[in-house]
Amino acid sequence: MAQKVSQQGSRSLKNRTDSKSTLSSKSNKKGDTKSKTKAGLVKPASSQLRTKKIKKINTSDFGGLSQGLLLIIHDLMVKSRVLEERVIKIYKAGEGYFWIGGPGEEAFGIPLGLLARKGQGLANDWFHLHYRCTPTLIALGMPMIDAVRLMMNRVTDPSTGGRNFAGHYCFPKWNVAPVTSPIEVQYPLACGTAHAQKRAGFNAISIVTGGDAGTAEGDFASSLVWSSRKGNELPVLITVQNNGFGISTPFDGQHGETQIADRAKAFNIRSRVINGNDPIESYLAIKEEMEYIRKTGKPSFIEVKVTRLYGHSSADGANRKNELFDSVLEFEKKLISAGIIKDIEAKSIWEKYEIEGVQAQEKARTEPSPTSQSVWDHVFVDNENADWRKF
Amino acid sequence: MASMAQAIRMALHYGEAHLGVKDIFGQDVGAPLGGVFTATQGLQTAWNTPLDERGIISMAMGIAMAGDRCVAEIQFADYIFNTIDLLKIAGNTLWCTNGQVPLPMVVMTPVGAGIFGSVYHSHSFDAWASRIPGWKIVMPSNPLDAYGLMLSAIKDPNPVLYLKSKALMRHKGIELIPGEPSDEKALKAMIDKPVQNSAGWKPRWPDLEEYLVPIGKGKIVHEGHHLTIVTYSRMVHLCTEIAEKLAQENISIEVIDLRSIYPYDWDMIKTSVLKTGRVLFVNEDTDVTNFGEHLAYRVTQECFYQLMARPKVLAGKNLPGIGLNPNLEKNSVPQIQDIELAVRDILEEVP
Ligand SMILES: Cc1ncc(C[n+]2csc(CCOP(=O)(O)OP(=O)(O)O)c2C)c(N)n1
Repeated sequence: MAQKVSQQGSRSLKNRTDSKSTLSSKSNKKGDTKSKTKAGLVKPASSQLRTKKIKKINTSDFGGLSQGLLLIIHDLMVKSRVLEERVIKIYKAGEGYFWIGGPGEEAFGIPLGLLARKGQGLANDWFHLHYRCTPTLIALGMPMIDAVRLMMNRVTDPSTGGRNFAGHYCFPKWNVAPVTSPIEVQYPLACGTAHAQKRAGFNAISIVTGGDAGTAEGDFASSLVWSSRKGNELPVLITVQNNGFGISTPFDGQHGETQIADRAKAFNIRSRVINGNDPIESYLAIKEEMEYIRKTGKPSFIEVKVTRLYGHSSADGANRKNELFDSVLEFEKKLISAGIIKDIEAKSIWEKYEIEGVQAQEKARTEPSPTSQSVWDHVFVDNENADWRKF
Repeated sequence: MASMAQAIRMALHYGEAHLGVKDIFGQDVGAPLGGVFTATQGLQTAWNTPLDERGIISMAMGIAMAGDRCVAEIQFADYIFNTIDLLKIAGNTLWCTNGQVPLPMVVMTPVGAGIFGSVYHSHSFDAWASRIPGWKIVMPSNPLDAYGLMLSAIKDPNPVLYLKSKALMRHKGIELIPGEPSDEKALKAMIDKPVQNSAGWKPRWPDLEEYLVPIGKGKIVHEGHHLTIVTYSRMVHLCTEIAEKLAQENISIEVIDLRSIYPYDWDMIKTSVLKTGRVLFVNEDTDVTNFGEHLAYRVTQECFYQLMARPKVLAGKNLPGIGLNPNLEKNSVPQIQDIELAVRDILEEVP
């Protein structure tokens, strides 16, 4: 039964090589890609910090981040990417029913997870994430196998016990609220945890993520209304990952506002647009906004331009779009050319996680499914009977 | 005796003083109004929200998720419909997370007809609510139960929907709430905000005691052995009136006030139906896919060979709305004479 999966395990590395060649030719025409054009609309945070003199590394501009941090960010970005590619393979091998996830959002999601105050309870930050949040979970420390278990609906899946789709994480130990399928409901919910956090007084914040198309839902407007009430402002970091699409529908034609971030301005919420394909810009922006929120207790808004590298979900094939900007490979290239990491070292990181992913899949296969009788578990707390046949 | 509105107010006060309730919120719930039915007047933790029902339910979910206790209000059940998917999420969060994320929250909302509230102040929600798994649903008919069910709802670790009949808000009970002063005027002077010169007013709360009505337990409000009526909320009073009237003709009717829609007191229903062999289910919600139909179905499954007559459901007509003119409202939701007719019909049936 336990058929080996290592055969199919080389795609990440292959991508790395393939895309590297495509991308290195692209990199000559700077600002040529779609995401870079979008990024051109914003004031790059890195340029503001260029004057700072934390320059141990022989690079022109890494925003003052230490080499150690840059390497951690790179390592986690690779890990998240390899994991997403692994779960896509699991789907394609027919070992899972549906895939949705966040390859392409690593440059934003990893810094987000790294910068948050991690832990359980009101003294720590809350996460209200959408289904593209694997990078953030990886940055928080989720082992790869826990995403694989969720993908393969095993009873060992710590998020849902085999009840929900890939990407629908839940980790109470890190205040990661359950990811739900209905678009946008996480936005006003974040106001609820932020309200409790503000009352508790530890300067903890609630973080919310979601897509661009979803901002048309009333729940998005609700979050702006509830977080900005004068005198009752809430410590929420409201973010939108703008990948330019809602399934098949392009951004253009559905939005009257120039930037989604403009909508926050109407509520006197501080807001900005960033290039989420750049982990340094993301890191610096998130850090700055988190500090602002902790200091003021007020909300802040970041619109993040990102890339939907594998399409919407398994429903549209989950195939890599080679023409799109790949934040992981681009960042890696930048680190290599600055001498921060050697090509061979980078390669071994991809290999390490490839092995971990394969092993996770092999292990998850041997783990049990939830039993059919367990459908009645956890309707009510402590398994109080919820089946009317037994009232 | 306390009215329903006063009983709910006292229960909420008990909740914030002794059961850890930190937020009581909704449209016009805080000062100056204290709720459109005054049920939240003078409460320390009551506050006004934006006019956004989805925001209110989401807020309650977030607060509960963070570990704090809250009671949220939807001003009228007629306006709860745009929150149904959030209610679904609140009901499935524990289940979806395999038991990891409980949402202890109470949502209360006024329901039902009986005050000529026209199309958008007359809706019922019990049948709808019974289709949202993961919630407990309660529906008190008198002030003492209103108090006891609210305390149980606040203490419950699950989401609880508390449906309060608009028409009963001014209804006064016959039993005192533990700690309630026996003089009605004294109570009013203590906890009702004066209509005039109310600036700076603060309630003086009586020394209330904990009193719990267990969720899932009904109450026999009129004993009998010829026929069982299973009902709740406002309809309890109409059904009891008929039971008393027919008692003079030596017709003996048992009236069960179910009090909880989910979980419900099947033992009480079954015991009574096995005794009487005849049963009528009465409620105000529309009659297609009505909660009473579920109970009638169960009775036919489990008591079929003991039945002396076909179980009957008397509920609201399946209309798009309840019209304002009394002729319209009265022909839309069960009236006392409809209940009497239904009872007599069932009694006349010969097996
Ligand atoms: C309320 C709701 N409506 C529709 C859907 C189906 N649906 C799933 S994802 C999606 C598109 C979301 O687009 P966007 O918000 O831009 O996020 P993205 O998937 O692009 O990250 C839709 C319509 C849903 N899950 N929830």
